Amino acid sequence: MPDQSHVHQTTAAVEKRVDAIHAAFDERGMKPGEFVEEFKHLAEEQWVPENGARVVAKAWADPAFKQRLMANGRDAVAELGLTMPAHHRHLVVLENTPTVHNVICCTLCSCTAFSIIGLPPDWYKDLEYRARVVRQSRTVLREMGLDLPPEMEIRVWDTTADTRYMVLPVRPAGTDGWSEERLAKLVTKDSMIGVARL
Amino acid sequence: MDGMHDLGGRQGFGRVRYSLKAQTFHEPWEKRVNALYSLAVKLGIFNMDEYRHAIERMEPRHYLSASYYERSLTSLATLCVEKGIVTREELERRAGGAFPLASSSAPGRPNVAARERFKPGDRVRVRNDHVPGHVRMPGYIRGKTGIVVSESPAYPFPDAHAHGVKAEDEPTYDVRFCAEELWPNAADPAFVHVGVFQSYLERVA
Repeated sequence: MPDQSHVHQTTAAVEKRVDAIHAAFDERGMKPGEFVEEFKHLAEEQWVPENGARVVAKAWADPAFKQRLMANGRDAVAELGLTMPAHHRHLVVLENTPTVHNVICCTLCSCTAFSIIGLPPDWYKDLEYRARVVRQSRTVLREMGLDLPPEMEIRVWDTTADTRYMVLPVRPAGTDGWSEERLAKLVTKDSMIGVARL
Repeated sequence: MDGMHDLGGRQGFGRVRYSLKAQTFHEPWEKRVNALYSLAVKLGIFNMDEYRHAIERMEPRHYLSASYYERSLTSLATLCVEKGIVTREELERRAGGAFPLASSSAPGRPNVAARERFKPGDRVRVRNDHVPGHVRMPGYIRGKTGIVVSESPAYPFPDAHAHGVKAEDEPTYDVRFCAEELWPNAADPAFVHVGVFQSYLERVA
């Protein structure tokens, strides 16, 4: 009865459990320490919302690029030197307009186009957002500070397959003639998730 | 499986704990967990569908009380034990206490044989399937009717891919549903789009 040994044992602290896996990998020559450093670099320096901001700014400034982006997001972002993991096989860009608002979520886990719009914020992965935004979109957005007018159509996108989504926000008024670099500074991760408008 | 992870439309949850410029990670160990499961995927120990399914197999009370990264850790450890990389005893000895793992898996399934190719504008119904293993169909669309808005490239079929079952890659369809039809008289009006695998869909005449 091997399971008897577990009955009265207290659960180890989560950090100790991470250490246990890390040490087991290390002993098997899997070089976890090196990979953790590599991952930190990717998470902190590479998978940042500034990538998506460049995409959005170029789409605002360059109609031909926008057309390519809407037709095939993955190929279009590659023009800017941006890559997506192999299992993110498709990038669908959702265009906001003065009358349509898009918002993305993942009710089953927390999938995102993280190499483009940045790793998901904590609240995106929380049970509250996952449970509620598909059913109470307008209410949830209002609670999060985005009070949409009643006539605005809301489109929610649940990331349940390997297609990834990003929202293309509306270009703010008064930005005619701005450079792409200056435009990109206006774009936030939350606006590309669709819980904010610019 | 109709697991605790299938949260879309569940009631009783409160306000989203939203903050501007919210962080992804809060503790250094969270980044390590993310790195370690990514390493395991890179080394071919398991794939992302197996990873997701091992989270879904967590005991429901553990699922709800664990943080996001504790769920990642539990999946990683469960799969490493199931794949024979490490034993639970070794993990518990190293951790100095119990190491809760996910429950064992039910069998997977291959693609549905009678699959159809759809095009934008087609009316489709989500099959009334109850799948014991991994499935990427959220419960809130089961049996519901929607309109195809686009097709995505073929992917490995998750119901098979999470279980080592041989299957063909198949396309997914972004299907548009009306929130008011998903939850009659009990939802904010909106269009809800879901990425649905071909095997989950049938044509509505």
